[in-house]
Amino acid sequence: MSDFSEAFAAALALILNFESSLAEIVGLSLQVSLVAVFIASLIGLPLGAALAVFRFPGRKTLVVILNALMGLPPVVVGLIVYLILSRSGPLGTLGLLFTPTAMIIAQTLLIMPIIAALTRQSTVQLWHEYEDQFKSLGAGPGETVTALLWDDRFNLVTTILAGFGRASAEVGAVMIVGGNIDHVTRVMTTTIALETSKGNLALALGLGVILLCLALGVNAAAYLINEAALKRHG
Amino acid sequence: MRIAVRLIAVWSVLAGLIHTSSLIAAEQSIERFIVMASTTSTVNSGLFDYLLPKFSNKFKMQIRVVGVGTGQALRIARRGDADVLFVHHKESELAFVRDGFGVKRLNVMYNDFIIVGPQVDPAKIKKTKTAAAAYQAIAQSRAVFVSRGDDSGTHKKSLAIWQSAINTKPKSAIWYQESGAGMGATLNIASSMEAYTLTDRATWENFNNKTTLKILFENDPLLQNQYGIIKVNPALHKHVKSQEAEIFIKWVLSAEGQATINTYRLNGKQVFFANAPGKKMN
Repeated sequence: MSDFSEAFAAALALILNFESSLAEIVGLSLQVSLVAVFIASLIGLPLGAALAVFRFPGRKTLVVILNALMGLPPVVVGLIVYLILSRSGPLGTLGLLFTPTAMIIAQTLLIMPIIAALTRQSTVQLWHEYEDQFKSLGAGPGETVTALLWDDRFNLVTTILAGFGRASAEVGAVMIVGGNIDHVTRVMTTTIALETSKGNLALALGLGVILLCLALGVNAAAYLINEAALKRHG
Repeated sequence: MRIAVRLIAVWSVLAGLIHTSSLIAAEQSIERFIVMASTTSTVNSGLFDYLLPKFSNKFKMQIRVVGVGTGQALRIARRGDADVLFVHHKESELAFVRDGFGVKRLNVMYNDFIIVGPQVDPAKIKKTKTAAAAYQAIAQSRAVFVSRGDDSGTHKKSLAIWQSAINTKPKSAIWYQESGAGMGATLNIASSMEAYTLTDRATWENFNNKTTLKILFENDPLLQNQYGIIKVNPALHKHVKSQEAEIFIKWVLSAEGQATINTYRLNGKQVFFANAPGKKMN
């Protein structure tokens, strides 16, 4: 058990001495994951709602594929993005490999299917309830999707948080496309991997505790906002 | 409407985040930098934390180090994703240059590999005289040996020792296990399994989870660990920052760069020995 108490001591020391290097790493982690969640939501939310509403050939196949993509291994996403952004790859001229932008792209691809699939799951129930109303009102496709997402917004907060959780916890993708470069692409998870490889287990676990606290903070904030909004809304 | 206000507030925070991240990206692109593919040993040992700032301050150029196994570093450089390659497996490096991916390979520094294992030393390798004999003793006693099993410089060295010890690479068995992981992860495994493994001295010195592991064999010419530096060929990859790469390589091989390498201490010990061509250092 001394390993764990050492880890908590390390975490506490890290927080109390709040070094600029740690702040930099925490800041970059939050930035990369939040921006990825933002972009993935912009695509995933309407995509999920559209899949719930519209009937077209191949829809079921698409739904199955999307659900399967929720289990995409981060390393595989990392490898694909690496091959695309590499200088020898199709988008090599952009010079994006080993930059925070590459990490955002990888995480966006990783969590977009999660957000889309969960959104579909959640909005499809609403759609069954209100389908007739929408049809009688003669709402267009865009209006229908927007209205569904708006009505379901309190549930969708959890969907988005699931995406954030996946993004901030993964290490495989950002390690490959970011390269874990000090001061440039080093985030919480890659730092944890690095410190583990140096045998600094307590420090690594301490960083893990901080990462958990961050996730806790983001989730608590979302929960409180959601609660307050629900109350006002009745 | 209050909800709408809240939502607007949330979006503006997110927009702010995107804005700052793009600012950071802009900031980074202004600064001069090159990407160097190197090995975990040079990164984990802290050498680069000591060496690179001295260069960066003088030349106002950032060296972005991607620390991976030698095999992966070579692949990154081959695809043109690095400007400079700084690794430790001479044959692969020479092949890299021969195949036109690099311009020229130059010695930078060396240290050595060591065999670590549990203090009780079940295979009695402490008494052996050569690295090959030590490996033979481990194979004969079936004491657990953890091998990297990747294509790192360390693993290639380990395979060379096995070759001279038993003329072949051992098959995976209860006593011979492949971690398929980096040096640090492999040391963690060896540490918890009380197993033997081959490691470079710098990574070992910086490793903090040794438990019962000790250095059990060292000092054999076969165990020398030579590091080389290569500029990625700008004729092959047009975007390679040839001039900047040249400046860095020149500095590392200069009297100043070489002296900096020699003055680096890990736990009070010198773990890298500069040996650039034409420079006599002590």
